[in-house]
Formats: sequence, C-alpha cells, structure tokens
Amino acid sequence: MDQDYIKQRLIEKFGEAVTGFESPYGMLTFEAPKEMNLKVLQFLYDDEHLKFRFLTDLCAVHYPDNKGRELAIVYLLHNLVDNVRIRFKVFSPINEAGAPYTADIYTATKLFEAANWLERETFDFFGINFVGHPNLKRIMNVEEMDYYPMLKQYPLEDQSRVDKDDEMFGRGGSVI
Amino acid sequence: MDVKEIISEPQSKQQETFPGHVIPTQGGGIITSTIQDVINWARSNSLWPLTFATSCCGIEMMSVAPSKYDFSRFGFEVARASPRQADVIIVAGTIVQKMAPVLKRLYDQMADPKYVIAMGACAISGGPFFYNTYSVVKGADHVIPVDVYIPGCPPRPEALLHALITLQGKIKSGLTREQIKANPIQL
Ligand code: SF4
Repeated sequence: MDQDYIKQRLIEKFGEAVTGFESPYGMLTFEAPKEMNLKVLQFLYDDEHLKFRFLTDLCAVHYPDNKGRELAIVYLLHNLVDNVRIRFKVFSPINEAGAPYTADIYTATKLFEAANWLERETFDFFGINFVGHPNLKRIMNVEEMDYYPMLKQYPLEDQSRVDKDDEMFGRGGSVI
Repeated sequence: MDVKEIISEPQSKQQETFPGHVIPTQGGGIITSTIQDVINWARSNSLWPLTFATSCCGIEMMSVAPSKYDFSRFGFEVARASPRQADVIIVAGTIVQKMAPVLKRLYDQMADPKYVIAMGACAISGGPFFYNTYSVVKGADHVIPVDVYIPGCPPRPEALLHALITLQGKIKSGLTREQIKANPIQL
C-alpha cells in the first residue's frame, strides 16, 4: 500500500476537504478541517484496505504567528497489518486569552482507547477541550496549575537569567 | 568548629572503627565506651537505603550497588523498596512538582532516625537544564531536610560512596539533625 493509493482513496472519499498532502521524512501527511476529524479517522479505521486502527500518538503544536490556524492537532496513525504510518493534522483558531480552553475539538476516545490519556495530555499542555472526552483533566502536571505551559507565550526559560549565558560554555554569547 | 571540619578531621576520635577504649586484662579485655557512642556506631554501620531514583542519577546509584563499587562494604547493602524499613533516602534525580508530595510522604513514612542524601544537581538545586521550568522543584531541600549533598551531573559512584561515608561520619559525630536536637552541642 503506497502513499499515492492512500491519497487517492482519501480524495475519492472527501474530495476538496482533504488538503496539504506532503511526505516529510517519508511519512504521508495531510490535513482536514477540524470538524471533520472524526469522519476522516473513522474512514481510515473502517476501510478494509486502509485499516489505520492504531493511534500511535496524538499531540498539538502552537503556531502563534499562524493567524486563524494557531493550533494544530496531530494524529499519528499506524496500519499494523501493512506496517504503514501516516500523519493527520487539523488546524484550529485559538480562543481569546482568558477563555477556559484554547480550542474545542471532537474527542477520538470512542474510536481509540489510546486517545484517552493522549487527549488528556494534550489538554494539560495546550488547553484544548476535547468535546465528549469522558475524563478531561490534567494528567502530567499538578492539578493546581492554572495555565497551559506549552503555549508559546510562556518562554522556555526565564529570560532574565545571566548565569546560563552561552559565554560560560565557550561558544559566543552576550557577555563581553 | 564547623560541622564540616568535625566530620572530616582525620584524627577525630569519632571516626575510629569502634568508639571506646580496650583495657587489656587477663584472658581478653574490657571495652569502655558510652552507650550513645555505641548506638551511633551501630546505626552508622547499618544504613539501609531506600531505592528512590527518579532519573538519570539513579543509574549511577544502581551501579554503586553491584560488585564493581559495592556499597555493602560500608554497611549499605540492603536497599529497601519500602520506606518503613529504610534509614536513608538517596534522592537520586529530578523532583518534579507532582513528585514532591510523594517524596514528602515517603520521608514521613520512614522510621526515625532517618537521613537524606541529595544526589546530583537536580536534587540540590533543580538541575542543570530544568531549573527554570514550570514543573521542577528547585532542590529536594524545599521538601525534606537534607543531610549530605553530592554535586555532579551525575556524580560518579565514588562520590556517592564518599557521601555515604560522610553521612556515617556525621552520625558518629552526633551531628545529624535529630542528634543535635536531642543533645545540643556547643560548637
Ligand atoms: S543531576 Fe544530572 S544526571 Fe542527575 S538526575 Fe539531574 S540531570 Fe540527571
């Protein structure tokens, strides 16, 4: 089963709705509108040739400069029979700061048991509300945490520290 | 005198193998000592560590146990998986916010007297890479009192052995937290 076949089947089924086909690092990648995420996943699951029945991973990415498409939710699927993997993305705009969730998207837990913890993790770090999830609460971070740490507005490290300047490690840096 | 000096002073009476004097007599000898010294000596030579390895430093701690470094030479052989049976907790690795209550609880469950060794940069200060993140506790001493710190990332097994021997010296000198509380010393 090659990538052209998967692509052709998807276009046959969904037409214009599936876009952005490419294969970075040799893995077929495409996207669909976020309302259609379950339809696409269900099709990939049920189809007797495609058989993408294993959800390897699910995560989100925050692109703050990508107006209207700030959050990407990425599904990594595996066909264990033919050993083929694909990457499926949906993009969503981000809610105003201060809203309880950053985005809303349908949960995949009815389709994949594995999605339960993965969606909780994605919620924990990015604040995405998986509509219909049976137990959407933090899984990795402490429960008292009141923000979503992987959003890009939170710097990786405290930028005011000077004791970790590159200069100290002999590779340039800002200390003169 | 500084605590550090008392412990490391090589001629210190406290560091002798057995605390006391042997008075030779016919057919053997009589040992004189104080009960406190004997208790400290006994305690310090049978410290059972709790296996508490939360990240990479744990690998070094594991390598101290088997034959190459072998901490049982110094009385640490029985690594316990239960806090109820352990005397010393070696915090080997990063402590994250979510782990902190667990660490505190394990410490509380240990029977007195109990000792803490903070192994590696993470347990001392939150670590070489992680100390600015949202999830890491900036040192185990924010959660439980630490007796001996071992710098390094990770410290070599010899460094852990040295720390364990330092802890023994501290106990023999009567300078751990409980001992000072029970019996305030004049420095
Ligand atoms: S001090 Fe270094 S080796 Fe030890 S747990 Fe931290 S990062 Fe790992």
